[in-house]
Amino acid sequence: MSAAALLRRLLLAIPTLFGVAVVVFVLLRVVPGDPIAMMVPGEATPEDVARLRASYGLDKSIVVQFGLYLGQLARGDFGVSISLKQEVLGLVLGRLPATLELAGVAITLALVCGFALALAAIFWRGSWIESAVDALNSVALAIPEFLWAMLLILAFAVLLPLFPISGRIDPMRATEFTTQFYLLESLARGEFALARELLGHLALPAASLALPLTAVIARVLKASLQEVMVQDYILLARVKGFSDLRILTREALPNALLPTITLTGVHFIFLVGGTVLVELIFAYPGIGNMLYGAASNRDLPLIQGVTLVFALLFILLNIAIELTYSLANPRLRR
Amino acid sequence: MSNDDRSNDQSSRSASRRGFLRAAAAATALGAPALHSLLRPGTAWAQAGETLTIAYNVSPPSWDPNTGPSSVSPGLSSIFRSIYDPYIVQREDLSLAPGVCDQFAWNADKSAITLRVRKGVTWHDGRALTPADVAWNLNRLSTLPAPLQSIFASIKNVKVAGDNVSFDVTPWRANMLERLTFLGCYLLPPHYYEKVGKEGFEKAPMGSGPYMIDQFERGSFLRLKAYKGYWCGAPAFDTVVFKFATDAATRIAEIERGSSDLALDMPWEEFDRLRTRPGLAGVAHPTTDIAMIFLHNVGVMADPNVRKAAAHAIDKKLIVDRIQRGYAKPIDTLLAPQYKGYDASIAVAYDPKLAAELLAKSGFSRDKPVEFTIQTTRGYKPKDYETVQAIVEMWRRVGIKANIEVYEIAKHFELRTQHKLAPAAFYNWGNATADPESSLGSAMFSKSPHTSWKGGETDAALSALFIEKDEAKRMAGYKALNRTIAENAYILPLFQFYQPVVYKTSITFKPHLAGFILPQSIGRAGR
Repeated sequence: MSAAALLRRLLLAIPTLFGVAVVVFVLLRVVPGDPIAMMVPGEATPEDVARLRASYGLDKSIVVQFGLYLGQLARGDFGVSISLKQEVLGLVLGRLPATLELAGVAITLALVCGFALALAAIFWRGSWIESAVDALNSVALAIPEFLWAMLLILAFAVLLPLFPISGRIDPMRATEFTTQFYLLESLARGEFALARELLGHLALPAASLALPLTAVIARVLKASLQEVMVQDYILLARVKGFSDLRILTREALPNALLPTITLTGVHFIFLVGGTVLVELIFAYPGIGNMLYGAASNRDLPLIQGVTLVFALLFILLNIAIELTYSLANPRLRR
Repeated sequence: MSNDDRSNDQSSRSASRRGFLRAAAAATALGAPALHSLLRPGTAWAQAGETLTIAYNVSPPSWDPNTGPSSVSPGLSSIFRSIYDPYIVQREDLSLAPGVCDQFAWNADKSAITLRVRKGVTWHDGRALTPADVAWNLNRLSTLPAPLQSIFASIKNVKVAGDNVSFDVTPWRANMLERLTFLGCYLLPPHYYEKVGKEGFEKAPMGSGPYMIDQFERGSFLRLKAYKGYWCGAPAFDTVVFKFATDAATRIAEIERGSSDLALDMPWEEFDRLRTRPGLAGVAHPTTDIAMIFLHNVGVMADPNVRKAAAHAIDKKLIVDRIQRGYAKPIDTLLAPQYKGYDASIAVAYDPKLAAELLAKSGFSRDKPVEFTIQTTRGYKPKDYETVQAIVEMWRRVGIKANIEVYEIAKHFELRTQHKLAPAAFYNWGNATADPESSLGSAMFSKSPHTSWKGGETDAALSALFIEKDEAKRMAGYKALNRTIAENAYILPLFQFYQPVVYKTSITFKPHLAGFILPQSIGRAGR
């Protein structure tokens, strides 16, 4: 992708984000649920309701509210959360690193396992190992993330207590972090015991997210490899006496990567979206967990803020996928 | 490729496969214990003994307990009461007890309240909590933009005289003393709050309660350290961890594994399973939440025969036994047995024959049923949808055809505030002040944004009761009104909810009627 194309993609993000802002704003005002009605207790009076509605600007028309909201956004102000009573942008940026670390570990896990499974299935094609890989893929795909989360908790946190059930860090650990990227920071500081503990907390939520994606990667890569393995140049490599492992990893794999990259990118976006439920189940303090709380409380500014950040994240991920694709495909480099 | 080559290739692949499987098996055999030993420290805190870990279902949105959603969430009281002191303590049975204010009383004509501030109470920074601090808090409470401002705006003319703080209650609020025990009524340190400001307080809150905040990971956990200078003595546990597990399955896993010492709110099936496990105990105790059906007196609900038939057709005991597994108490009035003004003699019998006769008087029967909509949430409260399904079936047998409309709780609140609920709507009502004004008053007074019934009779009675200062007359009035409501079926009370709590047998737990889990009340068994 050329620099001009990249710039064009980045500029296109602006109208996309505006569209997202409009849709989310209107949808939140159309769907049932009044944040003030959710907030007031039994003994509150109509005057209490009216006063609170005015204090959050909800007494104005939707058009006026939207105008004010756009004005705020233009100034980089995402508003103040109704339930958390803090700046939305600060809240979202504070939680985003936790989700990014979770998604990062999940995608790494999915890539490693997906590649390993696909390569194993092709290397031992026709054997029971290939059948086992196919069966594993089917099971991994058939079960959604939240159910995987429950099953993994039961298996590896309760029956076999290998991993912690909830949270991002041991509540008894007194560690001060400079950034919100706990895992990266602990690795950068060389605190490997802490990094191991953080990975332990990440293991089950990341595995829950990674399992369906692992199956997708394994299936697509296996199908691509099957196509590549019957090409003439592979036959030539065999004639030259290359080992099966070399043919598979050095000759076939690079050419089978392109569809996998595309599909992995698309599914990675779904994976980030899937963090909402998984974070909730594992009490993992990421942006998805916060979105659930915001939705429960009808915290309109926070829902809008989280959605916009998610949208921006998806746009950036799409661009990153295209960049990776062009790097992997020599024909697109020019 | 020769046959030998193929054979070698096959043999090499077979060997590789065997090698792969061997390696995988060896890695699993060696890796699992290694992983186990590496990651085991993650569970070590539960065995430390000095730490109490609670798998809790609500996380505080903000640390100012007196404003915003934090000020009206009963579930947060467990946490807030650990960090902040209320003016007056509410015992487990909801009766009032001396707290920071060791004496509290209305004056003779019940126009003002006087609180005596206990000596020796200190904030978490060691500074004395003074009557002036209490006065600052009362003044703040009366003017703070908060969901309950109209109630606390009655606090006027706050004065300090020695150890006493007095204030007028204008307009009169019968339950003002009870209100000073919890929601929106926690004491904040004025010197600290004014120094650090609203944002600073959010980052580092301070109170005078038995615990101080040690670390807070929003949405994940809260770690508290015991405040050694607490006026009521140090609590049994030096460290308390609230793990915020919104999902019931996570709380169940926490207690089952032993990484939490106590967990609450779980399906009754799981409660029954867990409480019999070795090392665990369970208690299901009544709370101040009741299940009921709001009736909206429009259309067919304006017909008393229809309402009364709907009331007599519901077998509450069956619902409690079969759907709530016996963990609830059938009730016939808006007041639960533990509330002030409860009258055990008010009863609405389950009598399907009478229900059919009442419907017949209005021209309805099983062949020509009366039809209306009943709204309910699904999963907001335990077995809410199943309960409504059972009721609809009971109604069908006598000649009522109710169509179930499932909605989100947010929709319920919105419709209720706008007085637009369906003719029947399932909901739960909480009243942790135990005063009938907070339950019957708010649920039945038509000017309240929370009522569905609009009745001149109930409005007139409540208007008089809201200003009645003679406690005996007030209670008699509420009992009479309660009877009228039950006899005319203005609302259909169903049952009082129980709260399931499972805990390790190594700790002691005393249930609180308001459903609070107070770490300062939890001790070690056998000590």
